Amino acid sequence: MDGFPFLTAILLAPVAAALIMVFIPRDEGKLIKCIAAMGTFVSLALSLYVYFSYDMSIGGLQFVEQIPWIRDLGVSWFMAVDGISLPMLLLTNLIGFAAVFASWNVNNRPREFFILFMLLITGVMGTFIAHDLFIFLLFYEVVVIPIYIMVIIWGSSKRVTKEYAGMKLTIYLLIGSAFLLVGVIAMFMKSVGILGHPDMSFTALAEAGKQLSAFDQKWLFGLMLFGFGSLISMWPFHSWSPDGYAGAPTAVSMIHAGVLKKIGGYGLVKIALVFLPIGAKFWAPVMAVLGIAGVTYAAFGALAQKDLKYIVGYSSVSHMGYVMLAIGSFNLIGINGAVANMFGHGVMAALFFSTIGFIYEKTHTRWIPDMGGLARQTPRLAVAFMLAAMASLGLPGLVTFIPEFTIFVAAFQVYGGLAVIGIAGIILTALYVLRAGANTLFGPPRDEYNHLEDIRGPEMVPLVVLGTVLVVGGLLPSLLFDMINSGAKDIMTHVEGVLKIGGVL
Amino acid sequence: MQLDLSLIVPEITVAVLAMSVLIFGLIIPAGSRQGLGWFTAVTLLGVMGLVIAGWENMGSLYGGLYVVDQYSQFFKITFLVAAFLVVLGSMRYVDKHLGGQSEYYSLTLFATLGMMVMTSAGDFMTIYLGLELMTIAFVILVCFRRLESKSLEAGMKYVLLAGMSSAVLLYGLSLVYGMTGSVVVAEVGGRLAEVGANPLMMLGLVMLLAGLGFKISAVPFHMWSPDIYEGAPTPVTSFLAVGSKAASFAVLIRIFMVGMQGVPLNWDLLLALLAAVTIIVGNLVAIPQTNIKRLLAFSSVAQAGYILVGMVALDPEGGVKGIMFYGFLYVFATLGAFTVAAHFYNKTGSDEIKDYAGLAQRSPLMAAVMVVALLSMAGIPPLAGFVGKFYLFMNIVDNYLWLAFIGLVMSMVSVYYYLRVALVMYRNEPLDETPIAVSGPVSVTLILTMVVTVFLGIYPGPLSEIVNSAAHSFFLH
Repeated sequence: MDGFPFLTAILLAPVAAALIMVFIPRDEGKLIKCIAAMGTFVSLALSLYVYFSYDMSIGGLQFVEQIPWIRDLGVSWFMAVDGISLPMLLLTNLIGFAAVFASWNVNNRPREFFILFMLLITGVMGTFIAHDLFIFLLFYEVVVIPIYIMVIIWGSSKRVTKEYAGMKLTIYLLIGSAFLLVGVIAMFMKSVGILGHPDMSFTALAEAGKQLSAFDQKWLFGLMLFGFGSLISMWPFHSWSPDGYAGAPTAVSMIHAGVLKKIGGYGLVKIALVFLPIGAKFWAPVMAVLGIAGVTYAAFGALAQKDLKYIVGYSSVSHMGYVMLAIGSFNLIGINGAVANMFGHGVMAALFFSTIGFIYEKTHTRWIPDMGGLARQTPRLAVAFMLAAMASLGLPGLVTFIPEFTIFVAAFQVYGGLAVIGIAGIILTALYVLRAGANTLFGPPRDEYNHLEDIRGPEMVPLVVLGTVLVVGGLLPSLLFDMINSGAKDIMTHVEGVLKIGGVL
Repeated sequence: MQLDLSLIVPEITVAVLAMSVLIFGLIIPAGSRQGLGWFTAVTLLGVMGLVIAGWENMGSLYGGLYVVDQYSQFFKITFLVAAFLVVLGSMRYVDKHLGGQSEYYSLTLFATLGMMVMTSAGDFMTIYLGLELMTIAFVILVCFRRLESKSLEAGMKYVLLAGMSSAVLLYGLSLVYGMTGSVVVAEVGGRLAEVGANPLMMLGLVMLLAGLGFKISAVPFHMWSPDIYEGAPTPVTSFLAVGSKAASFAVLIRIFMVGMQGVPLNWDLLLALLAAVTIIVGNLVAIPQTNIKRLLAFSSVAQAGYILVGMVALDPEGGVKGIMFYGFLYVFATLGAFTVAAHFYNKTGSDEIKDYAGLAQRSPLMAAVMVVALLSMAGIPPLAGFVGKFYLFMNIVDNYLWLAFIGLVMSMVSVYYYLRVALVMYRNEPLDETPIAVSGPVSVTLILTMVVTVFLGIYPGPLSEIVNSAAHSFFLH
């Protein structure tokens, strides 16, 4: 498409902000925060524009930019969005913008903090809009380093030290990505053999995937499942998630739980599933079972926690179990539910982490027995908390309800009894979320918290932005679902086409 | 037969320069020899220009004894870039700690000349000649801090072990000669195929591999490198890690990929095992190191392992290409890291990682260069190392998938010890708050290495095309 390169502009706005910050004196904290807010705002505004001007009646890839990049690998700077990547792009920018304000009180080395944060946002966005496997990988791993440095400098050491948390986060994701990388390289080399020339674009690789033998598809998908699965905290590769979130600073927890781990689910749907449909069908029951195991295991895990961040950390593992279950049910409804649930959970988790971040900043504790009655002293914070909690248990009218419902419909068609266990997970979720809310917010107010100031000014932004999305997305679900459906339909048409050919042969 | 001397103009120029720098040292009074560094750096750039100008000018001299192709020219550019960066980055260090500027720069040039001869050498004698020229220059450079016992010890170790490895290499070469009656690499392959597999041939091959394995510090021939890297003056260490290794790889490739092509022995399995062991041991032993130079030494052992992977590629041209690409970016990453280490030592007198505490606040540039260099070696995008590893490993997934697994998983493990350095520099508060000033030539070196590492990672297209044609020219004859 000719015309303004919207996607590259969205991608580069935070980079530009980071470059400007390099030249600002390090003690100008306010100015630096304003620039960070501006950078993320530009991205957010542009991605809103792209979201609403995407033509769903045509579907497919839009806002395409394609420039040859590395000829002998067939790599091109191929940026494009479809119904699956747009919600994720929007989610990234919503959370990125909110996270800047959730970090408004970072006064220790703010310049470094926001420069790294801008790089982090860029990396995450890049994975969602790249339509070239090589460029996707570039962005996929680029996020690891800013996160590590942010955790070790601005993180907090409670149950585990921040050094431990940061290293665990990093090593888990990198080992996963090493296996993913082997899978990707092997896939690429096989595609060169099939196509006769190197081409890394998703489109070409999907074509090549049609001709891969069933055996190749199975082992390649296995590698990708391990790689993407460890990023989406699929049980039993989830243990980095609670520790990592607990150690990380608020903004990193928000981005990480909100969007970064969704790259795993996104990769499974848009890369592994599309390239290797036969492999996906083979592994689908495994994904479903691991998903269910994750849902229940992490829900019980969350029940046992007394640290707010650990509760949300385990709960995010549990919610990602639903996504795995949905992908494992291997039908259109399931894919719809998976992507929608990633969006809903992303907004919810980001709001949760930003709220907990503020509570921790003000009370200097995340330990539930030390809290109580905060609703009296900080009513706005309590609203944010309860909104996130209700979204977490899937209250109808919020953006998370319909995705979960969809997933159960999809899973029930295929797995029947297993899905029932998954639904039971909802009860557990209600139990730990409501208990955490009750013990933190309600009950007799404590005198030591009388002096607390409620959130105000810039601190309100995460609540307003993310809360609005939670409610609007819940009341007008078609805004989200029509978009996702237009993308998921293309994917499942392709997948079923390939499977049909395989069946005939 | 006509001699086309224009092919070896760069070599002749370097030789003349090396001698003139020595002579200038005699003429210029002792106090004002600092300019020699600038002179050497600028002339190295000029020689690089000569090589680039002769890029299309290929051919061989003295009946295959000396081969000038784009393969060798690309390596020569790599050495010249390395020598340029080393000289630029070490001027302050030399003035402060070493003295003897004219000898130092002259020996650096002689070592460079040795490397250039090695890559172009088409027969065993010339290979050996280049190798010894380089090694002897390095022996003197390693013990250049002649008042410091560590440096002398390193020099002693190096001369003994290098002599030993040369003996092994020579023995291997003589065995091959004995079987084939030829010392020309291109002829050896065909004759070995006629001879057929026999124990002597295996012995010769293993000795060749051992002799060169020492130079590239492949496990189990790597024992020398940590001690010598630690003891030698840091700029010399960096040149040793980069230049000596790259030149030995150039020789290794020529001997094995041209000379041994027809040999009825499964030598690529041997190389694959060597690569695997080198990657694993290098990375694991690097983990407990507390001295930055030892850490970099073990990491460079691991890097040699990655480069070895290219030797067993299913498609030899792709493999050679991967090696050249990786070798080129390895120069920038390694020199970036070592220049930071040298400058840090220059200012604080310490090589201990714990003294790097708070470097991010004392000198943001140095800390950033160190992190970029280390992460490029680890293969984290968007830095050059990622693309390099991609090129190396993509050619072995069809024949040595297990090696690809080992390589990629271990490179993620390497992030663990690289990030520990980052941790100390970024998280810890500095013990000594004074900022570390980075002077002109050093900052140029640092910025250059960082910019190139990032640029090649994001936009490797142009370099990969150059490397493509270089690898192609290697297999033309």
